[in-house]
Parts: sequence; C-alpha cells; structure tokens
Amino acid sequence: MSAEARVEPGAPVLAVEDLHLTYVTADGDVPALRGVSLEVRSGEVLGLAGESGCGKSSLASTVLRLQPASARVSGRVLVSGEDVLTLRWGALRAVRWAGASIVFQGALHSLDPVQRVGHQIEEPIALHEPGTSPAERRRRVAELLEQVGLPAARARAYPHQLSGGQRQRVMIAMALACRPDLVVADEPTTALDVMVQAQVLALLSELVRGSGVAMVLISHDLSVLGQMSDRVAVMYAGRVVEQGPASAVLGDARHPYAAALSGAFPRVGDPAARFAPSGLPGDPPDLRSLPPGCPFAPRCHRAAPTCAEAEPALLPLAVPSGPTSAAGPAGPAGPAGPRERLAACVRLEES
Amino acid sequence: MTSHPDGPVLEARGVSVRFRTRAGEARALDGADLRVRAGEIVALVGESGSGKTTLARTLVGVQRPTEGQVLLDGTPLPTRAKALAPFRRRVQMVLQDPAGALNPRHTVYDSVAEGLRLHGLSQGADGRGEEQQVADALSAAGLRPPEPLFLRYPHELSGGQRQRVLIAGALALSPQLLVADEPVSALDASIRGEVLALLLSLRETLGLGVLVVTHDLGLAWNVADRTAVMYLGRVVEEGPTEQVLTDPQHPYTQALLSVVPEVEGLAPQVLRGEVPDPTHVPAGCRFHPRCPALADGRAEAAGVAAACRGTALPVLPIAEDGAHRAACHLVTPPG
Ligand SMILES: Nc1ncnc2c1ncn2[C@@H]1O[C@H](COP(=O)(O)OP(=O)(O)OP(=O)(O)O)[C@@H](O)[C@H]1O
Ligand SMILES: Nc1ncnc2c1ncn2[C@@H]1O[C@H](COP(=O)(O)OP(=O)(O)OP(=O)(O)O)[C@@H](O)[C@H]1O
Ligand code: SF4
Ligand SMILES: [Mg+2]
Ligand SMILES: [Mg+2]
Repeated sequence: MSAEARVEPGAPVLAVEDLHLTYVTADGDVPALRGVSLEVRSGEVLGLAGESGCGKSSLASTVLRLQPASARVSGRVLVSGEDVLTLRWGALRAVRWAGASIVFQGALHSLDPVQRVGHQIEEPIALHEPGTSPAERRRRVAELLEQVGLPAARARAYPHQLSGGQRQRVMIAMALACRPDLVVADEPTTALDVMVQAQVLALLSELVRGSGVAMVLISHDLSVLGQMSDRVAVMYAGRVVEQGPASAVLGDARHPYAAALSGAFPRVGDPAARFAPSGLPGDPPDLRSLPPGCPFAPRCHRAAPTCAEAEPALLPLAVPSGPTSAAGPAGPAGPAGPRERLAACVRLEES
Repeated sequence: MTSHPDGPVLEARGVSVRFRTRAGEARALDGADLRVRAGEIVALVGESGSGKTTLARTLVGVQRPTEGQVLLDGTPLPTRAKALAPFRRRVQMVLQDPAGALNPRHTVYDSVAEGLRLHGLSQGADGRGEEQQVADALSAAGLRPPEPLFLRYPHELSGGQRQRVLIAGALALSPQLLVADEPVSALDASIRGEVLALLLSLRETLGLGVLVVTHDLGLAWNVADRTAVMYLGRVVEEGPTEQVLTDPQHPYTQALLSVVPEVEGLAPQVLRGEVPDPTHVPAGCRFHPRCPALADGRAEAAGVAAACRGTALPVLPIAEDGAHRAACHLVTPPG
C-alpha cells in the first residue's frame, strides 16, 4: 500500500508542531488553537476528545489547510514530512485526498443530492489520477463500495435513497478513494444509531488495521474513543491538556478536566456510577476572554492561587504511575516528546 | 428503590399507534405495555425507530393510540382535548432544548410562566402568585437564586442552564410525573451530569416519577431504577436496571449491550441489516430475522426455532412484582 511507499516505517504520518489558529471575526479574534503538538504513525489511531468548542474541528480543517483564508495560522503541520501550511497550491492539492483526507462532521448532509453516489466517489480519482480510464475508475468505485460493506450496485443510488449509515459509508469510501496515508474522521458516527455506529466503527478499525493508514478520530464520546484509539489527546480551550495511551488517559486521567470528562462516561456495570452521575459544573470557556493562567481554573476543584499565574505547560508524567505516589511529572528531564504521557496542570506536582 | 406504592401511576396497556405512509401502514407501536410510578425513574432504550418517542408522546396524551389505553391511576385518558387539560398538568413532557424548545425571544421568566398562564394558574390555588411560582420552579430545577435569571434570554445561558429552565417550566405546574425525551443527548458530557443529578434529586425531594427516553445505556445505568428495551414497536425486555443491563435475557438486548462502547468485555454481535422497518413487522418473533440466537443454532438446540419463525410472542405484561422479563421463546418456551 502507498503508506509504505511514502512513509518510512515508524516515522509519523502526521506531525503537528505548536499549531496556533485564530479566527478573525467582527466581534474580535477567536484563538481556537493555542499551541497544539501531536503525532500519528501509520496504522495508529489517535483519538481527540474535548467538549464542544474546544477546537477539535478547527484542528481537523487546519491539517488539510481548509481553515478560512482570513484566519491567522502559525506552527507546522507535516503530512508525510511535508509542511501543508507552506506548500504551493499544486502540491497541496496532491496532499489533499492522496496524502490525507477528511470525513467531515455533519457530512451526512454534504453529499450532492442530485449526483449518484458512485459518481461522487469517482470524482477525486479522476481529479488526482487523470490517467485512469473511466472503466478503471468504475472498477475502483466498486471495490471501494465493497470495502465499506455496500454492494457495488449501490453506486447508482442517489443519497436520499440511502440510510444514514449507508451515506456515512459512502463518505468513508470517498475519503479512501485516493488511498490516503492519513484519514481524519470528525465525529463520523455521531448522528447514527447505536447498531449502525457499531458497524461504521468496526469498518474504520478494519481499515486502519488492514491497510496501515493513520487516523485521527474526533469524537465528543469518550467511550467511542476508548474502544477505537491507541492514544488519546484531550483538548480544553484550544490546547491539549492531557495525552497518552488510551487506556491510561481514560482509565486514570490526571488532568482534572480529563478526569471530569472521563467520569461523565460511566461504564455500565460499574457500581460507583450507579445513581451517581458525574459532571462538571460551570460554563465552557469563552475563547475571546480567557482568564489568566490555566483556562480551566474557574471550573477546577483543585485550583489554587498559583493556577492563575501562568498557563501550565504540557509536561511528561512520571511512569510507571501509581494512584497517588507518582502523580507528579518527571520534571524537566528533556524535551517532551509528543508520544509520551503528558498533562498540563501545575497542581500535579504538588500532590 | 424509592417508588411510592400509593403515588400516581402512569400506564400504557397494549398501546398501538399506526401511521399511514407511502410504504404502507407503519406500526410505530405495536402492543406496548409500560408503567411509571411516582418516585421511580424508568429508562426507555432501543434502536432508532423502535418507537420510543411515539410511546412517550402517547403517554403524555399528545399522540392518540390507535388501540389500547393510557391510564393515570387506573383511569383511562380522556380523548377530548378539554378533558385532557388536568391530566396534562399532572404528567409533563420535557423537550430537549437544542431542538429549539425555548423561544429565543422569551425571557427565562416568561418561558417558565407560560405553562401557568396557559392553564390559568398564574394565581396559584395555594395563594402563591405567578412570580413566586416561577421562582420556586427555577429553584427546584437547581437554578438558585432564581431572581437574577428572570430577565435573561436563552442565548445568555449555558446548555445545562437552558435544559434546567425547560425542566423548571414543567415543574411549575407541579406535575407528579415527567416524561423526558432524550433530555441530555445534545448536551456536552460535562453538562449532562448536572441535569441527570437534577432528575435524581427531584425523585428524592418531590417523589417525582420520571420516564427518560434515551439511546444511551450509560445514562440508564446512571439514573434509572428500571429499564425497558424496545424493539420494533414493543417492549421486549423490562426489569430492574441492574438485571437488564448486566444480565440481559433477550438476544436483542444482549446484542445491543455487546456493541455499545460503554460496556466492556463482551464479544461484539453487530446485527446485520439496517434499522428494522415498521411497515413490515416480521411474523413469529419480530426479532427473528436478525436474531443471533436463531442464527447460531441456540434456538434450534432449545427446540424453539420453529416458534421463533412462526409463533408471535404475547405482549410483555406489566409485572406486579417488579420482576425482570423478556419476550423471547428461548426465555419462556412456548407451552
Ligand atoms: N469559521 C469560524 N469563525 C469564527 N469562529 C469559529 C469558526 N469556526 C469555529 N469557530 C470557533 O472556534 C472555536 C472552536 O470551534 P471548533 O469547531 O473547532 O470546535 P469543536 O471542538 O469541533 O466543537 P464541536 O464538538 O461542537 O464540534 C469555537 O469557539 C467556535 O465557535
Ligand atoms: N407521524 C409519523 N408518520 C409516519 N411514521 C411515523 C410517524 N412518527 C413516527 N413514525 C415511524 O414510527 C417509527 C417509530 O418512530 P419513533 O420516533 O417513535 O422512534 P424512536 O424510537 O423515538 O427513534 P429515535 O431513537 O430515532 O428517536 C419509525 O419507524 C418512524 O419512522
Ligand atoms: S424468540 Fe427466537 S428469534 Fe426471537 S429473540 Fe428469542 S430466540 Fe431470537
Ligand atoms: Mg467539531
Ligand atoms: Mg425518538
């Protein structure tokens, strides 16, 4: 598969370095990403979590340089080693679809209602591989539909003739049409029924395992991320506040926000969650007027005066981690690699 | 369980609702029984299209059943709109705010007072004026102190606060039962907990009975005393939440639990096929075309395979003893 051809084994397919994105609006600037660093390797799923408005979709768009032209961006987005943010237009077009593709949030409604779905899947192939014959392209479309579990004959259907789950499969087939190394899936199952969600998630897992694509999976549903991801990053107010292996971040979150978020997703059968819904009081932050210091402090049950002094850096956590003893970060032992277990909270050092 | 045996009881008995559609008659509800008592939270779960909303609407008298009855304290719901008014006050429906249930041009005060005015209750029987009743309802919904919120508009509130205002609007009428259709599904996880905690505290403090319609089994685990599972217009399993969710009997419930990410450690049984079609309810057991127990030979081994394909199951009756029951030939072999 192309993944091996373009990317050295073990090298990140996606590396995001200190990415900032500010929307410029009539009511002022909205700093939606405030220094995000992440990486994803081939065959790996990175789950991205956080409450509405924390910047997940903004990150997804910027990875493909699809942010509004008026927005201010800085930092680097390396897709298979090439910086998407500085590429020339022609090279960027090659990266979109073939290097990286995206399944948009709310995409169920973004298919063209008057075009047969087969034609819509074929379009990016025709655009990127103009040498292919119409017959070859039709064969590719049939293969793609089968790969996403739809009969090839469904190519002739119009979107309204398909159920929500089937349309979502068509969107995934489109995203795979040019054999990308990286797929960004933004809430791919949110509007779907539980059973159909299970079908779509099983399909995505197979794709990652079978063909070695790298995936960024965005969901507000932590239990979906727990099931699907190798690593999870939790965002708050435009920053990553905790990241690490999925089981560690979801089962033993250290950042108070990440802990509150994972507590809000009870495991069925867990006696501690019975008649004890847990949530997080307070309002989500207003990006236009963030408080000084840690933006989570106004809602944080562990906040102390030091929290308002400076925004906490994302630092490595000591590993192995016991429940109380080793909760502090390892200290400034070296540059924080984006793959380590990291958290951004000054109070972790003090516990 | 804190259910009040003498408090009000809302029941659906053998309720069917049919809609005429282009594809034929849709049996959105096809003989559903359900009971909600004061002081009890019941979760109604199931796939999309299984009839949860239709049953909720029927229970509050918004949807008239084609067959069967809804009873409050054993008295059938009147069919004339006028006679329904006192019933409507006792059983309130709570909608979901992101669907635009709050009028963006109404203040919090007016949103809560609207129901009182509609029912001619602005001057309460207990001597409380409208303002006092609005303040009390907002407080009961956890918005304390209520006065500073009176003149706010929905866009000036957080998602959790908006959902609480809707609940306050229902509470203003001093209902005995609430029916809430997906009350938190569009809210952020962090905000969801606060609304669920409110439902639990209303049950404790006011002895309120609540039916929550949800597709979220984690929510049922969080708050529900009992859980009812719907499939294609019927309740197919019902009982105490601990039993239904940790020891499911019906093959459909087993499959549902195996695929939801909130449940760990079950081998996923992804059912094939799309959402079942209420214009073509299968003969025999309505679940049999998708049933893993029939497909893998368990039904055959138990000698019920023929019944699965050909013998319809009776409507699950309301259990007097709060027992755990499932409508499946494997669970109760045909006699
Ligand atoms: N085009 C835009 N112009 C101005 N502000 C924007 C724009 N797009 C997003 N925002 C703002 O940027 C912030 C981040 O939005 P984003 O869509 O990335 O959030 P999200 O994490 O994807 O949320 P959700 O879970 O609701 O999808 C929000 O405050 C949002 O209002
Ligand atoms: N007014 C109507 N006319 C025709 N069919 C209807 C009508 N209302 C509901 N139905 C059908 O009845 C069935 C049950 O619908 P209902 O809305 O009760 O399902 P639900 O369990 O609430 O689903 P969801 O989880 O998607 O909200 C569906 O197949 C639906 O298409
Ligand atoms: S009655 Fe038969 S087909 Fe229906 S759920 Fe039980 S085993 Fe499956
Ligand atoms: Mg988004
Ligand atoms: Mg519904």
